[in-house]
Amino acid sequence: MTDFTLNGKPVSTTPATGERLSETLRESLGARDVKIGCNAGDCGACTVLLDGMPVCACLTPTQQAEGRQVHTLTGLQGDEIAARLRESFQDFGAAQCGICTPGIMVAAVALLRENPDPSEQQVQDALGGVLCRCTGYRKIIEAVLAVANPTPALDDPVGHTGTAIRRLDGQAKVEGREAFGDDVAPIGTLEILIIRSPYARSAFVLGDLGGFISAHNGVETVLTAADIPGQNRFGVIPDFADQPVFAVNETRFRGEAVAAIVATPDFIRQFDPADFPMTWEHLEDVQTIEQALEASAPQLHKGREGNIMCGGFVKCGDPQGALDNADITVQADFTTSFVEHAYIEPEAGFAQMVEGRVEIHACTQAPIMDRDALEIILAMDASRIRIVPTGVGGGFGAKLDLSVQPYLALATLKTGKPVRLTYSRTESMQSTTKRHPAQISLQIGARADGKLSGFKFFGNFNTGAYASWGPTVTNRVPVHASGPYRIADYRAETQAVHTHCLPSGAFRGFGVPQSAVAQETLFDELAEKLGMDALEFRLINALDNGVPTVCGQVFEQGVGIKACLKALRPAWEAERAKANAFNAENEVLKMGVGLAAGWYGCGNTSLPNPSTIKSGIRADGTVVLHQGAMDIGQGANTVIAQIFATALGMPVQQITLMGADTDVTPDAGKTSASRQTYVSGNAARLSGQALRAAILAQVNAGETAGLAFGDGEIIVTDGELTHRINLSQLPADTEGYTFRAEETYDPPTRPLDENGQGIPYAQFGYAAHLVVVTVDTALGLVKARKFVAAHDVGHAINPMLVEGQVQGGIAQGLGMALMEEYLPGRTENLHDYLIPTMGDMPPVETLIIEAPDAHGPYGAKGLGEHVLIPTAPAILNAIYNACGVRIRHLPATPARVRAAILEAGK
Amino acid sequence: MTYFAPDNLEDALAQLDTETTSVVSGGTDFFPGMQQGPAPESILDISRVEGLRGVSHESGGWRIGATTTWTDIIRANLPAAFDGLKQAACEVGSLQIQNTGTLAGNLVNASPAADGVPPLLSLRAQVELASVRGVRVLPLSEFITGVRQTALQAGEMVTAILVPPQPDHARAAFNKLGSRKYLVISTAMVAAVINRDAQGRIDHARVAVGACSPVAQRLPALETDLIGTTADVQITTVHLSPLAPISDVRGSGEYRLDAVAELIRRTITGASA
Repeated sequence: MTDFTLNGKPVSTTPATGERLSETLRESLGARDVKIGCNAGDCGACTVLLDGMPVCACLTPTQQAEGRQVHTLTGLQGDEIAARLRESFQDFGAAQCGICTPGIMVAAVALLRENPDPSEQQVQDALGGVLCRCTGYRKIIEAVLAVANPTPALDDPVGHTGTAIRRLDGQAKVEGREAFGDDVAPIGTLEILIIRSPYARSAFVLGDLGGFISAHNGVETVLTAADIPGQNRFGVIPDFADQPVFAVNETRFRGEAVAAIVATPDFIRQFDPADFPMTWEHLEDVQTIEQALEASAPQLHKGREGNIMCGGFVKCGDPQGALDNADITVQADFTTSFVEHAYIEPEAGFAQMVEGRVEIHACTQAPIMDRDALEIILAMDASRIRIVPTGVGGGFGAKLDLSVQPYLALATLKTGKPVRLTYSRTESMQSTTKRHPAQISLQIGARADGKLSGFKFFGNFNTGAYASWGPTVTNRVPVHASGPYRIADYRAETQAVHTHCLPSGAFRGFGVPQSAVAQETLFDELAEKLGMDALEFRLINALDNGVPTVCGQVFEQGVGIKACLKALRPAWEAERAKANAFNAENEVLKMGVGLAAGWYGCGNTSLPNPSTIKSGIRADGTVVLHQGAMDIGQGANTVIAQIFATALGMPVQQITLMGADTDVTPDAGKTSASRQTYVSGNAARLSGQALRAAILAQVNAGETAGLAFGDGEIIVTDGELTHRINLSQLPADTEGYTFRAEETYDPPTRPLDENGQGIPYAQFGYAAHLVVVTVDTALGLVKARKFVAAHDVGHAINPMLVEGQVQGGIAQGLGMALMEEYLPGRTENLHDYLIPTMGDMPPVETLIIEAPDAHGPYGAKGLGEHVLIPTAPAILNAIYNACGVRIRHLPATPARVRAAILEAGK
Repeated sequence: MTYFAPDNLEDALAQLDTETTSVVSGGTDFFPGMQQGPAPESILDISRVEGLRGVSHESGGWRIGATTTWTDIIRANLPAAFDGLKQAACEVGSLQIQNTGTLAGNLVNASPAADGVPPLLSLRAQVELASVRGVRVLPLSEFITGVRQTALQAGEMVTAILVPPQPDHARAAFNKLGSRKYLVISTAMVAAVINRDAQGRIDHARVAVGACSPVAQRLPALETDLIGTTADVQITTVHLSPLAPISDVRGSGEYRLDAVAELIRRTITGASA
């Protein structure tokens, strides 16, 4: 028996030997505000106060709490410092997805109790042990500093587009009430343990499963491929669906599922997977592109000869002729690594049977796609499947694919009981998608006047064992590899190559960050060879209104790249002067300034990509927005509501948000391709406008009339006239709505022809980054000192959220540039796989550019993925500027940078 | 399945003598090492054993009890010779880790990248081991015998780290190389304790390097060559000969050897300032 005080109340518990305090708090005492991200002290999400000291609950034996005080975020509700922090976190948008927020806030409370007015350095030292993957940390630092030095609250009473308001869903996050994938299952629910391949490629034989089940108390059942009622196959792109829920006979990557045990939590906790009745045989595998392309290589999939899954191609003009005629050419090869999404919330969910239907509560970016995939796996009509997304503790692309969902569904179907499944950090890293490693060869020419003359790009992408989003990456890259520039003579070809690695999939940018590394660093080389200023060189070649892209698409408006580049000019001049002065004084530490640009098309490439948004007015006057666009931290709940409120003409704070839930919200598509603000935002605008039109029509009011809702009526003020619509006198539909509007928006695109010519996207967003770095030339250590980021977002629906996206994207680009490299079997945890901490992220100055887009809601463009596209090449250009070496293999770790410096010195 | 948290050393040692048990204090290495599967049958939690926590100054030297945390070291009033150890403590994992993780646990875990080992080697620390059979003391360099291997015998536990008297005006420094700030396992690290005579010449030098060999090493040839100098010593391959860095995800062996020479220069300078 262990007795202690939890959040001021005495508690008593009987932990097992070796039980972690985090588990006891969550699973015996119901403190689900304590989040588990790694179970190894690497992420700090489980930070609690033990007698006032921040500790990782996952590293604390529960018995050590005996007789002591434990505080979680929930227990600090009445604490004055915590109350001020909550307000401050809301005002700065310091919580995005919210999964790290409880750990961060608890650590911040401990700091502020000891030091009420800390310096920035002290904040970093105190909070550096909590990882955040969304915010880029700067908003967190600002929010903590603002407790002692308050700033004005974001309390705009209307909150229409263009206004920085607090997240509408933020309060639950800062109070620790947000329920994520692992937070909804009742205590004691049956759990699922997946048996995974220890080898990249293996043959296996399952043993006596019936005997295993009957021999072990607590084992409810075992699931294998034989339990799948429908097809043992899924994939986000139907034509390429190739991934089994459970491998049959042979596995294709380390960590692939072959079976699953459904059992009590007590059994699962103690079970060693080596005791599962089966045998493994390690088979010859291919893990690199080179190996996979060898003639003798084992073939992963029938019909994909030579392990080549698919390719992409865009061509215009005469690239070879233009290169031949160029005054100067540059050419180089580049490689990038697998990059892990490293959201702090591992995949998790809960499922149950409700009146003959399967109900799945899990973290996801794409509830309808989850349901579509389960229809096929379960051979069950969509009407019998309900997907209720939980809070999503970060996604960045990997939670577009199925993870826990099929196992949850199969387990609850087979047992008829509620079940839960939470991936361990290692399982999450082993089995979910990554950014594609790329091998890129690029040649670019230019004329003496600086105009580009010929561009030839070839990229192989390691797509791993299964298709996932590989086709999208190979498709998108040729369209984007030009960067936001006019290139008349262009050829870009890509290939997705299968290997026995985990599937590569979607990760913020779909391959474009990799191609931008090649293109933007070679642009700097061209500029240097031409003796031109790197910014000027880009401006000369930048796209503009009326200028065709490499796909032959011409935008008459909304091309904001020149504005982004020009916005960087003051910093470009000032920072280079500062760097020159610094370098004159320093021999070993060298400062460099780099810049890079990027663009990104919003939504699916030349494919239908609709979103539907429904709204209604209840008889009591409540305005309800059915908002099915998944908010994974980026802010869709707030942005979509702001757009809707603007269109309808009411304060955003008065809207009641519903969803996402496949029973409640129509299909707002997936949260990917930076499409929610643009596509779902447009659907919300249309829904708000339709609702408004219906109301105005009811009383024949003019278009400029004002609306007020409440107390069972709508008051329409039309100039001198005031109309009152008594809602109780109107018929209500089956959902209780007296007015309703369900509207769909689909971006106007056109297919690409065999040369990639057409209209791939209805809009692009544009960006340019400047970074200042220092390179410790003796150690190869690169440190980013400052970013200036100019982003053309068309119209900033919520400038605070725009800054949040920019800072968070930059942090991910920084990680990709300097430290992130996933190696299967070697970096399957968050201490060997490094992402930036609070100490790695410098200040970011965000310059919001608004070149309105004709298609975007109120001119708005997508933003999420655009951000990290220029970051890595800007850093590489800055490294060169600092110390004269070109790094072409990412990440630019200290060892690689130092080796390059030594090589250059020879 | 037992969890035993005695409040005195006798009970702890008796328990250690009767069964194989995992000794836990801060838990910061114990839990990350746990795999999916059965938990240890038995845990001996020494965090409540009286007299094991804290730093005391005795007979010219210092005694760091086995349950002393990194935070305890950072907050302890210690002479400048301990500055390297304090700097290392500030760079262990995160504040959360420093608040519960112990120096003794860092030694017992015997990772080649243990942040505590180089500074404690540079302080010529010894390790006090106790069992029901009695107490023995080993130099730290003999306590850690290999990667994840120590001289601990069955039934024995670390009760203290002993630091002998240091030169009166000794200064110390520590440098850790990693790919990021906070929560980072060292790629290489160097600790040094340096004393200078009235003329500014080095008369005491202890330099130790971690993460560049299976067990962190002092560099005796360098220490000897530093004596009588003002620290302007060229670092040679002979000086680095105790090192045998491997290549891993954090860097190549070649890189480690190259970078560590620079780290040594900086650390000696830092400890000589």
